[in-house]
Amino acid sequence: MKKDDSYAAVLGRRNEIMKKSVGIDYSRYETGMIGFDYERMMADTGYDLARIRAIQKQHGVGATPLKELPNMTALVRRVAAPGKGARIFIKDEAWNDSGSFKARRASIACHRAKELGFTGVIAATSGNYGAAVASQAAKYGLKCIVVQECYDSDGVGQPEIIEKARACEAYGAEVVQLSVGPELFYTFLSLLETTGYFNASLYTPFGVAGVETLGAELVEDCLAATGRLPDCVVVTNAGGGNLTGTARGILKTAKSHVDIVAASVNLKGLHMASDRDFNRKSFTTGHTGFGMPFMTNPDRSDVPRSAARPLRYADRYVTVNQGEVFFVTEALTILEGIERGPAGNVSLAAALAIARTMDQDRVIVVQETEYTGAGKHHQAQLAFARSRGVEIRFGNPDEEVPGRSIILPDRVNRIDVVDLDLDKIRLSLIKNQLKDHKRIERSDFAYLVAETNAPAAFVCRALSDLGVAWEE
Amino acid sequence: MVRKGTWVRIHRILLTPAERAENLPEETRKVPFELWVKGFLSVDAELGETVDIQTVTGRTERGTLDAVEPSYRHDFGAYVPELKEIDRIVLSTLRGDDR
Repeated sequence: MKKDDSYAAVLGRRNEIMKKSVGIDYSRYETGMIGFDYERMMADTGYDLARIRAIQKQHGVGATPLKELPNMTALVRRVAAPGKGARIFIKDEAWNDSGSFKARRASIACHRAKELGFTGVIAATSGNYGAAVASQAAKYGLKCIVVQECYDSDGVGQPEIIEKARACEAYGAEVVQLSVGPELFYTFLSLLETTGYFNASLYTPFGVAGVETLGAELVEDCLAATGRLPDCVVVTNAGGGNLTGTARGILKTAKSHVDIVAASVNLKGLHMASDRDFNRKSFTTGHTGFGMPFMTNPDRSDVPRSAARPLRYADRYVTVNQGEVFFVTEALTILEGIERGPAGNVSLAAALAIARTMDQDRVIVVQETEYTGAGKHHQAQLAFARSRGVEIRFGNPDEEVPGRSIILPDRVNRIDVVDLDLDKIRLSLIKNQLKDHKRIERSDFAYLVAETNAPAAFVCRALSDLGVAWEE
Repeated sequence: MVRKGTWVRIHRILLTPAERAENLPEETRKVPFELWVKGFLSVDAELGETVDIQTVTGRTERGTLDAVEPSYRHDFGAYVPELKEIDRIVLSTLRGDDR
């Protein structure tokens, strides 16, 4: 009998489809009323750091160079107070096969799919992850479908997404392109159900464990280059997997604390499901439109329990503006002779501002770059924005209005970060978790402390403010 | 006439505005949810006809024949004069001749 393929029916079968397509019974990890055993879920991947390194080495992933950016450091010191301006290093992740750190996630997802006997993989992504999965699937002889949100209702595609479609097809994947809307999830589920392929979600334990090598490598590379640990690592943040994996890898490798800073492009005011706003933003990822909702509610992803839990690891969360990232992308090209994609340079823009406040003997590491080229290049992105009526000018980037203007800093010292209030984010996460509960158990309390990376007293105060009873 | 076996793209409406998810912004709610996918044409057909294609993963998809031998034309965009100005700003700051 043919299954009902209506929107409501497919979404109704969501849990059953998910369980089959990732080979994980998430109910095994549930504890108490709201909690789950995150560490046990991660440990159950069965791949430790050494094993992941070995898998990645065989598949064109990892061991990317950590490069010092002496001219960027000198630029920062020119505008910093005397004695300030940390040494800036960048992990050149564009050297992974397919051109971004996402290959680390895809490599473990595809390895797992092959190990479990799946014949193909599916990923829902408009970003670098699609090319990463397609590239790794090619290596493993797996079929691959990439589902993209690509065109607005006028059939106009974001050039960066068009380029990603090209890369996916080049690696032999089938690309299913959709118009704007969250119903992408419906198409994704339907495809998983009809093909029986593996869900190469960004948010499975495999995907996130694959990024741990990036954190481990940057610690080792930094020690080798400078004789010291990085004082600060800046990570571009969207769904949170990049930050989570990198931080976990650092924790497993470094003997003392390393500051982890999450950075996103500020896209405040643009609606992620808007057919109109879709082509008025110049970043398809690494922005607050994903960063904020995923940090305050990690389980809104495409699996029941996300392995990406950035609030557990972030010491700071900052935003930069689109104009600042484009400026820094051009600066990297002209000063260091390194031409990379703007989306990967979100963390570089934040790092320039942060380095300016740090002492000169300190080290700051920017943990990724991505490839650039037709569609992705910052000139392509700026030209597209201008053609959509977005004003581009020099001035104070703080005055930028996402979707209306891109303001390039008119002086280097205009590059700055805005700190988001992590305590507010922690309270939102607690509120989201407690939507349907007036009482929680002891294990739930410990879960909230871990989820928020906050003192127990902070969680107590939040719970009593919400009128929720708990056991400590 | 487009020959069977030609590499083409099809288009299909997956959800009409009435069938779309709730809680969508107004401008999204009033347009259909659409799909485009490429593959090899199953029978000879004309542009605009409803056809079957076979995708590279071997799936059959049905939709309106939308494009024949579609190719990528994305590029580096029109000249953006601001980039040269960024070069001037950062180079002069680095050299110290901006002050």
